[in-house]
Amino acid sequence: MLETDLSLNDMMFLARGAGVTLLITAISVAGGTLLGIIFGVARMNLGRVVSGLLAVILDVFRSVPLLIQLILANAFQAIAGLGLQPFTTACVVLALYTAALCSEIVRGAIGAVPTTTRRASRSLGMTWTQDMTYVVWPMALRVGLPSWIGLVLSVLKDSALVFWLGIIELLRSSQILITRLQEPMTILLIAGAIYFIISFPIARLGGHLERKWREND
Amino acid sequence: MFDYTFQWRQALRYVPDLMDGALVTLQIAVLSMLIGGAIGIVLAVGRTAQSPWARWPATAWVELARNTPALFQIYMAHFGLGSFGIYISPYAALLGGIAFNNAGYLAETFRGALRAIPETQTRAARSLGMPPIQAFRLIVVPQMFRIAFLPTTNQMVWAILMTSLGVTVGLSTDLTGVTQDINARTFRTFELFALAAVFYYVIAKVVMLGARLLAWRLFRY
Repeated sequence: MLETDLSLNDMMFLARGAGVTLLITAISVAGGTLLGIIFGVARMNLGRVVSGLLAVILDVFRSVPLLIQLILANAFQAIAGLGLQPFTTACVVLALYTAALCSEIVRGAIGAVPTTTRRASRSLGMTWTQDMTYVVWPMALRVGLPSWIGLVLSVLKDSALVFWLGIIELLRSSQILITRLQEPMTILLIAGAIYFIISFPIARLGGHLERKWREND
Repeated sequence: MFDYTFQWRQALRYVPDLMDGALVTLQIAVLSMLIGGAIGIVLAVGRTAQSPWARWPATAWVELARNTPALFQIYMAHFGLGSFGIYISPYAALLGGIAFNNAGYLAETFRGALRAIPETQTRAARSLGMPPIQAFRLIVVPQMFRIAFLPTTNQMVWAILMTSLGVTVGLSTDLTGVTQDINARTFRTFELFALAAVFYYVIAKVVMLGARLLAWRLFRY
């Protein structure tokens, strides 16, 4: 099993796949977090009807498999004649998926800030914006950040599904190598190790932050 | 834009086939949760054990399951085992992959729940004369399930969504597999997968609702 035909070029191929995985994750998480914060804050401040409607729409993204969402979005952009690249489609779908999950985290985090604290800041004459930036943001961040790190990791792992649209990310590139070299175990182990090396330290950081911040509460 | 005629009627013809697929999906999800839950309890206990021989493998399983994509785990079951000359069906590969994944996540859920149960509960049970196994089974586990019930339900929904990955290893009997199969024959991609999405949504909602009702029946004082 230790003998392998894997060449340096093949390793570079895998590394390039890992780069695509990281790029898709970064774009989707950036866009999704921004949208998620907007949706989360909107849901806490808009009327019951609007916020309920938004909740139902966002819930769809969490109740339908990501693979189906990707296939649907890709079929839709073809029907609508948008002519999007698969990479763009994948990023849009993953960003919306991230936004749906992130809005829940944001809501939970803002909800964890005691109402009395917010009333106190408002009665000191702070505007709603000041209250949000100087009081709610620092307090909610501590509550929400560990879950947000968990979300980033799940997006990183779920980004493997974009191969269905023909994007060659890490797992897909390992499949291509397997087809050529017929060494599934070795190559899959390497791909898995790359995922693990990226994911594990971030997971540890999340756990560390969670533990460290709980001590002060 | 939109010079395309939606053919919903054609897709709706296949609803009975999708129903059959939905049943297989549910079956895989339930089985994977049962297997994953059973292994999850063992892993949760293993991770808190004194002996490194129990702690190490359990920790390795949990970290592997949580830090690699579910798709990778299914690939390992399907293609990885192949290099040892073990060839299993797509169904078994999917079930094995999801069960492995569930076990890792459920182990962490259970571990958190176990920590929340006061040590005094075990000690009280032991001083009543129960052997350790009995104290764990009759006193600790029921309380653990009560605390872990909601996260476990969420994991069940994740398991249902994960079954859609079976199509990547060639499974054609579950909901996504059936849909893809019909899609290959009719090319009504959007209509068919929109229908499948509705199916998944309804299944997920029904499971969540069922779990709420069950929790309300089981866990009220």
